[in-house]
Amino acid sequence: MRSRTRINWLVMLLVVLGTLFILFPLYMTVTIALKNPEQMAQSVFAFPTTLHWENFARAIDMTNFFQSFRNSAIVTASTVLLTLLSNSMVAYAIARNMEKRKFFKGLYYYFVSAMFIPFPIIMLPIVKLTASLEMTNLVGLILLHTVYGLAFNVFVYVGYIRSIPVALEEAAFVDGATTWGTFWRIIFPLMAPISATVGILTCLSTYNDFLLPLIIISDPGQYTLPLVQYVFQGQFNTEFNLAFASYLLALLPMIIIYLFAQKWIINGVTQGSVK
Amino acid sequence: MNKRIAPYYWMTVPAVVLFFVFMTLPALQGIYYSFTNYNGFGKEYDFVGFKNYFNLFQDDNVGNAYWFTFKFAIVVTILTNILSLLIALGLNAKIKFRNFFRGIYFLPNILSVLIVGYIFNYLFSNVFPIWGQNLGINALSTNILGSESLAWIGIVIVAVWQSVALNTILYLAGLQTIPITLYEASNLDGAGKWREFWSITFPLIAPFFTINMVLAMKNSLMVFDQIVALTNGGPGRATQSISHLIYTGGFEGGEYAYQSANSVIYFIVIAVISILQIRFLQRREMDL
Repeated sequence: MRSRTRINWLVMLLVVLGTLFILFPLYMTVTIALKNPEQMAQSVFAFPTTLHWENFARAIDMTNFFQSFRNSAIVTASTVLLTLLSNSMVAYAIARNMEKRKFFKGLYYYFVSAMFIPFPIIMLPIVKLTASLEMTNLVGLILLHTVYGLAFNVFVYVGYIRSIPVALEEAAFVDGATTWGTFWRIIFPLMAPISATVGILTCLSTYNDFLLPLIIISDPGQYTLPLVQYVFQGQFNTEFNLAFASYLLALLPMIIIYLFAQKWIINGVTQGSVK
Repeated sequence: MNKRIAPYYWMTVPAVVLFFVFMTLPALQGIYYSFTNYNGFGKEYDFVGFKNYFNLFQDDNVGNAYWFTFKFAIVVTILTNILSLLIALGLNAKIKFRNFFRGIYFLPNILSVLIVGYIFNYLFSNVFPIWGQNLGINALSTNILGSESLAWIGIVIVAVWQSVALNTILYLAGLQTIPITLYEASNLDGAGKWREFWSITFPLIAPFFTINMVLAMKNSLMVFDQIVALTNGGPGRATQSISHLIYTGGFEGGEYAYQSANSVIYFIVIAVISILQIRFLQRREMDL
């Protein structure tokens, strides 16, 4: 029987070899970030003999790391929060009414059709719009990220809410609960699993996004981490060790979160994308 | 009754307002500007009808960007799907530390595309050439990103390295939905591994194949970050993608209206491809 077959060592070997392709660039990133130019000249591949932690200190100084980290953290956390609140709410209203009322059905297709709109078509006008609204800042970034996730999130949320039995809400109505009360006290907590998925996907895409901050943000004090890497690329030209220390610092927060929440993140991404 | 229904309408208000202002309005504006000769700043502009659209079809840079983007997207989609299906099969087999390997293979997906691009840029320019020289392989001994004919391969490698992660996990999710009894039955019938794959595994993960093809295609048609990090569209314009062309032409080249027209075309192309892909692949799903 299959379930009792032995461990497949050939496949195991191939899987291990495959991980080398994943890990090699990351190994290079870590070692280069810890070397100095002399060590680089000796061998690019070798593990550093002495560790040059000062690369990190200098990279932090040069790129104003803590400020851009704070910006990234604010944008990511606020976007996730706002997304969870606003997207779940509209999805609930749609899911519970789309069968009976044309307005909600229309709204569903209105949102979901935006999944096919490539960002470049709104890229040029959005810059003028945010400039005229004085939103070329973190607030603008948060709102835009929230809006651009809406199409996919509404799609995922509506699918999930429709699997929650309506009987629960009817019982609450009979007990005198308002629609708002039902949403916040019954439905919103019940949506925790799908909210976790939406939250994870939003977190990853917001934190790593480069194009939106690139076109929206002009004040260096509001740069996010990827934008900082882009802006400082020119200044790193010859100092690869500093550049890599800076890359590693920017990658690290997500890697740390990933180490702790790996299983959760993988499951969340799978659920979100397959729905 | 009304007290129960009215709140539903209120619940839609924040999302509808935000969506209309930041999505629909800009999209309509983009279409509007595509019929003008607006340069992106100032207030003066005239209507030029379909002139921008006519010019697009005669513009070598535009043709070049579409050619590069399609070549890139097709190759990336195929490679990503083959590799991730193979990896998913490997990770679904009887091996040790399955969850650990799952974790490693998914890692690239959580990293910033731009930074991954910068890291590979360094590898292409400073690390791989050393290997090429040591091993005496001519093709590897110079930076391929500097070569007009090879640079696109470098971008394909980076894109595939990163996108395989997501597709692998999706295929893996698909493989886990297949009931093990089917394999037991086919074992009893004496089916070989190859037969088993084509008759059981592949048909049953067909919906996942559809999703992965559409996702990979759509993502690679939008390629931007990798271009910025690896080649900035060069050498020459050999690796300029459509979105990179819209960005540089629209913001830096004073072609605001012209690139708006380009993005309208781009939108139509992406929508048509996505719909065709879904139609075609779903019909295949049903046939199986």
